[in-house]
Amino acid sequence: MEFYRSHVLVCGGTPCVLEGCKAVRDALISEVRRAGLAGEVKVVETGCLGPCDMGPIVVVYPEGITYARVGVKDVPVIVEEHLLKGRAVDRLVLGTGAKEKGVVSYERPPYFELQQRIVLRNCGMIDPDSIDEYIARDGYRALAKCLTEMTPGEVIDAVKESGLLGRGGAAFPTGVKWSFTARATANQKYVVCNADEGEPGTFKDRLILEGDPHSIIEGMAIAGYAVGADKGFIYIRGEYVLSIERLERAIQKAREYGLLGEDILGSGFDFDIEVRKGAGAYVCGEETALIESMEGDRGEPRLKPPYPGTCGLWGKPTVVNNVETLANVPPIILNGPKWFRGFGTERCPGTKVFTLTGDVNNKGLIEVPMGITLRQVIYEIGGGIPGGRAFKIAQTGGTSGGCLPKELLDVPMDYFSLPEAGSALGSGALLIVDDSHCIVDIARCFMKFFKHESCGKCVPCREGTDRLYEIVDKVAQGNGRLEDLDLALELSRVMQVASLCGLGQAAPLSLMTILQYFGDEFREHIVGKTCPAGTCGF
Amino acid sequence: METPEVEKCRTGSSGQPDEIDSILEKYRGRKDALIPALYDIQKVMNYLPESAAVKVAEALEVPVSKVYGVATFYTLFSVKPRGKHIIRVCESAPCHVLGAMNVVKELERELGIKVGETTKDGRFTLELTSCLGTCGVAPAIMIDDVVYGNLTADKIPHILSEYR
Ligand SMILES: Cc1cc2nc3c(=O)[nH]c(=O)nc-3n(C[C@H](O)[C@H](O)[C@H](O)COP(=O)(O)O)c2cc1C
Ligand code: FES
Repeated sequence: MEFYRSHVLVCGGTPCVLEGCKAVRDALISEVRRAGLAGEVKVVETGCLGPCDMGPIVVVYPEGITYARVGVKDVPVIVEEHLLKGRAVDRLVLGTGAKEKGVVSYERPPYFELQQRIVLRNCGMIDPDSIDEYIARDGYRALAKCLTEMTPGEVIDAVKESGLLGRGGAAFPTGVKWSFTARATANQKYVVCNADEGEPGTFKDRLILEGDPHSIIEGMAIAGYAVGADKGFIYIRGEYVLSIERLERAIQKAREYGLLGEDILGSGFDFDIEVRKGAGAYVCGEETALIESMEGDRGEPRLKPPYPGTCGLWGKPTVVNNVETLANVPPIILNGPKWFRGFGTERCPGTKVFTLTGDVNNKGLIEVPMGITLRQVIYEIGGGIPGGRAFKIAQTGGTSGGCLPKELLDVPMDYFSLPEAGSALGSGALLIVDDSHCIVDIARCFMKFFKHESCGKCVPCREGTDRLYEIVDKVAQGNGRLEDLDLALELSRVMQVASLCGLGQAAPLSLMTILQYFGDEFREHIVGKTCPAGTCGF
Repeated sequence: METPEVEKCRTGSSGQPDEIDSILEKYRGRKDALIPALYDIQKVMNYLPESAAVKVAEALEVPVSKVYGVATFYTLFSVKPRGKHIIRVCESAPCHVLGAMNVVKELERELGIKVGETTKDGRFTLELTSCLGTCGVAPAIMIDDVVYGNLTADKIPHILSEYR
């Protein structure tokens, strides 16, 4: 490997790409060359670094200085001042600490301070297209350890002991799930990575796949070894163009290196992976609907049981895991379950990747220990509410989750505490809404989503999502009736217990919590015929 | 009826029958390949006409009703002719909160059409969509395969000019 005195990392995640990071990267390369530094400074395009709405992001190592909103016109200054003269360009540095010594560390900006990166260990640190860089950061060592030192049973035990809970929303213990499939006898088993990611406000899986595709390949291969599967599929949203490209390239590279295919590392274990594109249907993220879709059908969920673990793809035992779940597996194997339990809480070990969206200063991708409070995330990492407005609600778990008022900002965020508070952790999407918004309008937006995405297979969900939308829409138009609110609650409870899959069961949650905490604002629309936020024009 | 020019502009291809046959060759008899096959055909035809659905059914050995059922289930497929470029505006909550409706209004004004319609010259179709997974830069839209984020109404004309 060549030695460079400085590495300049340019974020190449989708959000930064669309803010023009390619031009910045090209300008950096040519400017570095012009300054005669080509042999000393290497420019690398990486995956997402997190602060998505401040892109393009550029980080210079070894100093670890993060520059935000870098334009092509800023490039000559960075090269001249920082790379030639060793002085950070203060006005572009992310965060505040810049002025103290002219040098801030990568960990220092408040945005990064509370974060702990297990899943995102490589995102923004390596070139995702380079398998060598992944390997240089311990990549594929966990797989090698499994194949050479551990029995499949020991792998499952390690994952069980780590306490890892599925990160796709349902929080099922991953090791237990694997043990069901491992126990099943069949001539063929499968591992499916669920990268359908349709929950509004969630974009973590996209950025993990863009930033560190090999970690998913490695996690899947370990799962395959543990349960006895030799074939894996990644079911990914059709819209995730860059993730698909990078995955395809990574799979190809892994095959070339003998890390996928037959007789991996001479162990006799065969495993290969195929990428399957979804075609735009939120419900296909539900594991049995996903399987229907992979078999070439309409993505309508199946009745459970049987669960995919014993009867899944083409009737064979199938492990379905979320992208983030799989990304946790290699570090758990490498560092041991005890290490993993050192993060997060007793009941929910590890970290969670959240996506911070809406009315908050720093939007983007963060990874924090389980159990952190919503207040810390919004005010310390998120930098608070912009424009001097006041906080109104936070929705956790995406549109399927509940809405929390400011009184509940100190609830710890994990898979048990949030449901106890009436919400859900779900996929880790966080939507912050300020007081300029009308709660009825927001509720209508949530209900419209479910009305559109209900697959129509079961009556409670198909009819229920339509009716709930209708009721809220009438209130927003100024034609609501008080008795409709009771009807909405009754209907919600029926949907929660009688819907076939999680879509219909979760659909009413946001409305129920909104009626609980903001019922007065609904009643003002109905009785007073006024919209306190002044946005429902009637 | 559309003129041949509009048809050509819209599909960017003559959509000859033999083109479809050659696509279907590699999927023959593979029921599980319905979605990939529809993707490939839509790519050259721009939508999924009935004639193509019949051919897919024959090649994959599934009923035509199933092909239609699948083609109408997924939002990325269309059984109706569409414009050459598909503009999809995210209407999910994170984009809604940050002003997606202003983006929709500006697009409607610039294009002279409503959501769900296609411009007269066959160049653009305007659609609403659920979350595109780029909420970090909300509000966001996709034109064909390309995402645009952090949008405000005043950025729209410039973006559209790239496709005109
Ligand atoms: C309507 C609906 C949508 C879902 N969408 C996703 C998704 O996009 N990604 C995902 O990993 N899990 C999703 N799930 C959860 C999956 O059914 C399943 O629990 C998960 O993929 C299992 O992986 P895990 O154990 O690693 O979390 C969804 C569930 C429902 C009911
Ligand atoms: S909510 Fe619009 S892209 Fe996710």
